[in-house]
Amino acid sequence: MLATIRTRLLLSVPLLLIVTLVSFVLNSLSPSDLARTILGADGTQEQYLALRHDLGLDRSILIQYASWLGNALSGDLGASYLTKERVLSMLNPRLGVTLSIMTGVMLVCVSLGLLFGVLSALRGGWIGKAIDVLSLVGLMMPSFLAALLFIMVFAVWLRWLPATGYVMFSQDPAGWLASLVLPILSVSFLPIANIAKQTRDGMNDVLRRDFIRALRASGVPEGSIIWKHALRNAALPVITVLGLVMIGAISGTVFVERVFVLPGLGSLAVDAAQQNDIAVLQGATLYFGLLAVAINLLVDLSYGWLNPRVRLS
Amino acid sequence: MTQGQSPIAGALALETLRVPKALPRPARFLARLLGRPLALLALIWIAIVVVGGLFAGQISSYDPLDQDLLAIKQLPSAEHLLGTDALGRDVLSRLLHGTTPSLVGVVQALAVVSLIGVLLGLSAGYFGGWWDRLVVQYVSLLQAIPVIVVLLSVLSIFGQSMSAAMVTLGILGSAGVSRVVRSVVLGVREELYIAAARISGLGDARIILTHILPRIFGPVVVQLALFACITVVIQTGINFLGLGVPPPAPSWGGMVFEASASINDFPWLLLPTGSVLALTILSFGLLGDSLRDTAVETWAAAAHRHTLQVRVPEPITDAPAHTILALRDLTIVSGQGESARTLVDHVNLDLANAETLGIVGESGSGKTLTVMSMLGLLPAGTRMTSGRMSLDGTTIDLGNQRQLEALRGGTIGMIFQEPMAALDPCFTVGHHLAEVIRVHKGGSRADIEKQIIALLHQVKITNPEEVARRYPHQISGGMAQRVGIARALAAEPRILLADEPTTALDVTVQAEILELLRALSASRNMAVIIVTHDWGVVADLCDRAMVLYQGRALETASVVDLFERPSHPYTAALLKANPHGAKPGEPLPTIEETLRSIQEGVG
Repeated sequence: MLATIRTRLLLSVPLLLIVTLVSFVLNSLSPSDLARTILGADGTQEQYLALRHDLGLDRSILIQYASWLGNALSGDLGASYLTKERVLSMLNPRLGVTLSIMTGVMLVCVSLGLLFGVLSALRGGWIGKAIDVLSLVGLMMPSFLAALLFIMVFAVWLRWLPATGYVMFSQDPAGWLASLVLPILSVSFLPIANIAKQTRDGMNDVLRRDFIRALRASGVPEGSIIWKHALRNAALPVITVLGLVMIGAISGTVFVERVFVLPGLGSLAVDAAQQNDIAVLQGATLYFGLLAVAINLLVDLSYGWLNPRVRLS
Repeated sequence: MTQGQSPIAGALALETLRVPKALPRPARFLARLLGRPLALLALIWIAIVVVGGLFAGQISSYDPLDQDLLAIKQLPSAEHLLGTDALGRDVLSRLLHGTTPSLVGVVQALAVVSLIGVLLGLSAGYFGGWWDRLVVQYVSLLQAIPVIVVLLSVLSIFGQSMSAAMVTLGILGSAGVSRVVRSVVLGVREELYIAAARISGLGDARIILTHILPRIFGPVVVQLALFACITVVIQTGINFLGLGVPPPAPSWGGMVFEASASINDFPWLLLPTGSVLALTILSFGLLGDSLRDTAVETWAAAAHRHTLQVRVPEPITDAPAHTILALRDLTIVSGQGESARTLVDHVNLDLANAETLGIVGESGSGKTLTVMSMLGLLPAGTRMTSGRMSLDGTTIDLGNQRQLEALRGGTIGMIFQEPMAALDPCFTVGHHLAEVIRVHKGGSRADIEKQIIALLHQVKITNPEEVARRYPHQISGGMAQRVGIARALAAEPRILLADEPTTALDVTVQAEILELLRALSASRNMAVIIVTHDWGVVADLCDRAMVLYQGRALETASVVDLFERPSHPYTAALLKANPHGAKPGEPLPTIEETLRSIQEGVG
């Protein structure tokens, strides 16, 4: 178990390096020039050269990256090219929003995905059909489209939930929850369908195994066989998929933060991308990379927790 | 093929004939695919979208950028088939022209994905070694990268170039494809005909081209279809964010965003673009799914337990005195109509108090089904058409699942052929026993703990406290069968069913388990039914035995009578085939030799 965590942590180092290096390398390949973009058409050649020097763009890529990395390790992610605000102080207040959404998505996907998967494995009939239809809908609904439909139904027509905006948990917990319900559901659509499908395949597989028959033969009630024994075994392959699904859900979160005007990391990154504010984008990339590392670690830990073979090795 | 040829040369000779049948050759693959209505519909929709995108200018006479501020937010009319948007632009025209960025994106990303994914997966799987390890690490690294974040950087740096973004998406997405290709190639490489081709001196390039590429075609197409689905989502999502395709130009994602701006006063605008987008994504997804089902026909329908008709059973009155369990008229079939087969044919059986009865027969004779039916545990695909069982004089219908469930564990215990597979790998030995005790007897935690230790002690496990804490993968097969026996005895049943309890074990362990079963049945005064194909077990343990052949009970007699005066020729043949009685230097007699005479004899 410890070995698994160690491997995962070791692997996360190259992951973070690559993710953060990408924009530096691309920058050197890019035809457009950052300093030129910032200055616009009016800048003089002196201003341009001075800005390039200020931004450190006249140094080689590796030196630029090394200096960014060195600063990052000491907790300094630089300043926005546009507003001169410190990147770290732009990112930190937004982390909570994105983490709230991701946590909600994880909880909703795991609980509903497992539930739907088990039900559709156990029963054909209308429950199975309904779940099939639901997963088709999940498949065809990109998160931003689902978000718009939800806004239309629950915010515009029914007026149950707010269409946009974010409420701090510390100010109003109920308002906080209300502002997150629709974003979380919008992102969860596709992941639920994926997990339900995996769970159904897993359950169908496990329910054919010998130990299920042996449990029945010893009089263990069917409910315990399904929800404890079969589900626990079927959950193992589901968990490995969960990591990929949750990393995919990061994209959904980025889109949905935009639709619901939530001040999260995603909307910050999109703004930065629109304004070519590479320093902010780089910081957001690092945070999303760390989020991916955390998801994978969580997946590994829960896999080990559920599977004694891994836990005890 | 002559006798003298080596096996490899033999395989080579066969190679041209026997390219594996399971192989979905491209043409056959497509034919099967088109046979699926959903896949066909998906393909038709994708074709419509492609044609619409290619001939956008011809289909709609409106310019997608032409504003008409006198005709804004109009519902569909003869003039504007899908209405107009907030600037009075024709929605149909924008929708058609907006197809291009999405389709171009899909093509770019797919080209990159298939090139990199196939090359990496193929080379890693085929050549193996350090390269394979490197590729595997690289792939798991790529899969841990949140795609959208990298794409945002790319778009920002490359001046909102959608092509750069799609190529990047292709590079990141190649991880999944190469993983799948690698695992298929690994499987194919191990197959005999590839080894044979290698030994015969066929070059790597030839082998890959003629033998491996056709095999990975199916799985790769599946991955590409699913990836196309993701590409459309990401591509339109980027446009939705206002990146990639600058706003006045039409794009599906941009149009969804425009629709979102007037969602309060003109919701219609979302419908055309939203549905086209959703249908296109769905089509790629469905195509991928159908392709997967076509490539590997693994989809197994959920096993539904059919409800059996519960009849009021006719009481069993003809059982001899001291009978604890009697079975009458048990018939089990598989299949329906034409393909129906009788697996157990009107079998009767009596089990006396404290008696050990053997059921002997070849595989497929129906012996396991006979005991499974007593607990209502027939496997899916088999059906019981008649059968009654009496316990202590009360007769129940064997179709009455609820009554049989009440007998499980408490009245009738059971042990299985594969002791390890009979234990849930996720739970400890102690947990298995505790669960049964809790269900049948209840009691405090400490009380149950005490019973677990006592049970493990009874099955001659010397360190019960330690074994109780172990997981199935930490114990041996023999130990697992002792645990299985302990579990079967946990609720103190009066009858024990043992299905080939020693077949999967080492010879020395077999003897110990048999000895244990004998001792336990004697000390607990328990009636036992042992299913076996081994006359040694019958001779060792049983008082009487029943011989089953093709679902029919040929004879039931005391063990001494069976061994010395088998009344049925099949019993004699089966006894002769017992390797224990073979004479050295003489070929072992087989059942086949007497098969025909027997079938005549029975029929």
